Amino acid sequence: MDLRSRSEDNLQVVSVLDNRIDAAVAIEFKDAMRASTDGGSETVVLDLSQVQFIDSSGLGAIVASMKHMGASRKLALAGLTPTVEKVFRLTRMDSVFSVFSTLDGALDELKA
Amino acid sequence: MSLISQLPAFNITIQSGEMAVREALAKLLDGLTPLSLDVEEAGTVELVMAEALNNIVEHAYPKGDPVGPIDITCCHAQDGLHMTVLDSGRAMPDGRTPLGAAVDTDVAFDEMPEGGFGWFLIKDLAKDVTYDRIACQNQLSLRLAVAIN
Repeated sequence: MDLRSRSEDNLQVVSVLDNRIDAAVAIEFKDAMRASTDGGSETVVLDLSQVQFIDSSGLGAIVASMKHMGASRKLALAGLTPTVEKVFRLTRMDSVFSVFSTLDGALDELKA
Repeated sequence: MSLISQLPAFNITIQSGEMAVREALAKLLDGLTPLSLDVEEAGTVELVMAEALNNIVEHAYPKGDPVGPIDITCCHAQDGLHMTVLDSGRAMPDGRTPLGAAVDTDVAFDEMPEGGFGWFLIKDLAKDVTYDRIACQNQLSLRLAVAIN
């Protein structure tokens, strides 16, 4: 599971470079997110623009990552591609996260 | 309107496993190339079948049990794609599919669900979902309303 992390002012941007977050890699994703975000910024933007597909395991792993960060921190999602967006919309999980169609849009909105 | 299917029925068999599911999905979408499904339709096919196959890997052939085959047949008809998935693993509890009710997201932060979405997605996106246990096999059938003339 290939995640790249960088700082953008007060934010942390975690970009997923794999094109799938599915049952095969859900646990790896959770572990990698934990490693990337532990002790990091209050607000993390998860850049999913390279991710073409998630299944319910992938969705669960993203939720688990948010819960692991804790209620005082925020996990925003950016760059949802069509199938990924469909999964969040159908399950209504798009109301649980702040969802931005582009990373730039997320950064504009969330930077201090 | 032609009564002949644009695409002959085809079959994919894998040995149960998470990476094998990826392989099966790739072969399935590849087999559907002649139908020129749009992104939305292809996404529906991939998502429903991923959930169905993941369930078999996790529950029909759980860790500790021997692995076994998963057989997928795809038939293109006038009302969409008829998918049949066969496995020789453990039967579904109670002899039927889970209800697939929507997962409640209006809960406290720590109660936010991390699972239970799979059957909801299958039931929401697919039609005519039926399960049968025949001899020692599980048979899941469903119809995806895509590639409709």
